[in-house]
Amino acid sequence: MMKQIADFTLVGKECFGQSVLLRLHDEQPLPEIVPGQFVQVRIDDSPTTYLRRPISIHDVDSANNEISLLVQVVGEGTRHLAATNVGDCINVVLPLGNGYTLPLENENVLLVGGGIGIAPLYYLAKCMAAKGVKPTFLLGGKKATDLVRLDAYSSLGESFVTTEDGSLGEKGMVTMHSVWKGRKFDKIYVCGPKRMMMAVADIAKTNDVWCEVSLEHMMACGLGACLCCVEDTVEGNLCVCKEGPVFNTRRLKW
Amino acid sequence: MTIDLGRGLVLRNPVMTASGTFGYGEEYTDFVDLARLGGIIVKGTTLNPRQGNPYPRMAETPSGMLNCVGLQNKGVQYFIDTIYPRIKDFDTNVILNLSGSTLEDYVKGAEMVDALDRIPAIELNVSCPNVKQGGMAFGVTCAGISQVVAEVRKIYHKHLMVKLSPNVTNIAEIALAAEAAGADSVSLINTLMGMAIDAERRRPKLSMVTGGLSGACVKPVALRMVWQVAKAVKIPVVGLGGISNATDAVEFMLAGASAIEIGTANFIDPAVSVKVVEGMKDYCERHGFEKVSDLTGALNLEG
Repeated sequence: MMKQIADFTLVGKECFGQSVLLRLHDEQPLPEIVPGQFVQVRIDDSPTTYLRRPISIHDVDSANNEISLLVQVVGEGTRHLAATNVGDCINVVLPLGNGYTLPLENENVLLVGGGIGIAPLYYLAKCMAAKGVKPTFLLGGKKATDLVRLDAYSSLGESFVTTEDGSLGEKGMVTMHSVWKGRKFDKIYVCGPKRMMMAVADIAKTNDVWCEVSLEHMMACGLGACLCCVEDTVEGNLCVCKEGPVFNTRRLKW
Repeated sequence: MTIDLGRGLVLRNPVMTASGTFGYGEEYTDFVDLARLGGIIVKGTTLNPRQGNPYPRMAETPSGMLNCVGLQNKGVQYFIDTIYPRIKDFDTNVILNLSGSTLEDYVKGAEMVDALDRIPAIELNVSCPNVKQGGMAFGVTCAGISQVVAEVRKIYHKHLMVKLSPNVTNIAEIALAAEAAGADSVSLINTLMGMAIDAERRRPKLSMVTGGLSGACVKPVALRMVWQVAKAVKIPVVGLGGISNATDAVEFMLAGASAIEIGTANFIDPAVSVKVVEGMKDYCERHGFEKVSDLTGALNLEG
C-alpha cells in the first residue's frame, strides 16, 4: 500500500458543537484505505503547532476521491483544523498504520466507540456492510452532544447508546450497558479513551472473545521512524503509528 | 553537487538525513528516492538491545519538539543480521549512528560495523541526552571525547564522523579534541536539553522529565555552533539543527558546513530532503556557484 503526500481541498464541512466533519477531495485517485488507518494532517499558520496531527479516517468515498475526518477540537492543532473553510487546501499524508481485521461473513460483531473514538467505526461498519456483515454499535459519551452522526451509524447497524449523565440512551458507561447481557459476539472492535478500551478489553478477555482496539498516542513522524508513540506490549515497545494503531488485545499488556 | 568528506566518504550531494528521524530509510521510500540523497544516517544503535524510555517520549513545543526516546534499538548484531541485508543495496551512503554507555561498547560495536562493506562511515553518537549513559558523559568533556574517539579510531578503518553535543560550554574545544583524536569529520548539533511542563496537571510532559529539543527553533543556536566549530577545526563539519528548507541548508554551508543533515523536518514533510537538494542546486545557479562545495564558509563578513 503506497503512502502519499497530497494537497486535498476541503469540499464539505459540518459542525457539531465541539466536533466538525471535514470532507476532503483530491484530484488524484485515492490509495487503497483500510478501516482503522489514519492520516497525518499538516496544520498551517499556527506557530504553536509544529507537528502534523494524526486523525482517524471516518469515511472513504473512492468513487469521488474523497475522505472524511471527524475531528474533535481538543487543542490548538485541531482548533486550526476546525477553522478551515470550504475551498481551503489541507495537506495530508495517507494512508498510515494498520487497520482493523474484517470479520467473516456470518460473524456477529460489536463495535464499541467512546466519544470522538466513534469516528473510525463508521468506515469500518461500511466495509463490513460491503461484506454482508451487519454490526451492532455500542456508542458512549459523557453527554448526548458528545455523540454525533448517530443517524448515519444507525443506518449501518443496530445502535445502542450510553451517556454518563443519562441525557441519551442508558445512563452510565458502555461497559454497563444491557447489550452485554444475553448477547454473544464473535468479535469486538473498540475505539475510544484508553480506560474505556481497557475496560471493554477486560470484558472480552473474561468471555474469551476476539477484540481489536485502536490506540491513540502522541505522534511525531507517523511512519515508525521516530519511535515516540510506543506502547509497551508483550512484544516490547511497538510504534502505535506503524505497528498499530489497531492492536489485537492479546498483544497488549492490558 | 559532489562532496568529499574524506577517507572514502563521498556524497552525491551535501544532503543527508539525521539519525532518529528517518528510521532505516525504508520508512520513507514511498516519498523519497534515496538515490537523490547524499546519505542517510540510520537510527542510533547500541551494542546491546535497548527498550528505550517509557511513553510519553515526545512533547511539542513552539516551532519544535522535545523527545526522550532513549535509544530504543535492537542492538548491533540484530542490525547486521536483519536490517543491513535489507538496506545495504540502497543507492546512497548508509551511515550507522553508533552509541554506547561504556568505552568497550563503542569499540566492540565499531569493530562489528567495520566489517560491513556497504557502511562507509559511522556517526559516533557521544551526545545522546536521553539515557543515563548514552554517551553524553563522553561528549561533554575534551578528555572524554578524546578517549572514546581515539579508542574507536584504533579499530575502525573507515570514515569516522563524531556527533557533538550542544550542551557544553565551548563546543569548539570539544570539536578540536575529537579532531586531534582522529575524527574524520564532526556533525553538530545533537539536541539541546530541554523540558516541558503541563501546568494544569502539574506534571512533566515527558516520562524522563527532560528531553532533547529539536526542530526549527534550534536553528540559530546550531548555526552559531557550526560557525564556531568550522573556524576552529580543519576536518569537515556536517551541520544540522532545525534545517527545514534549502535556504536553511545554504545558511549552514555559508557558516562553514561541508554537508548538512535534515532531522525533525522529515516529520512535517516526509519529502523535504529531496526538495532541499533541488533548492540548493537552484541557489548555486542563481548565485553563480559552480560547485556546491564552494558554498562552504562563503559567508561574506565585509561590510
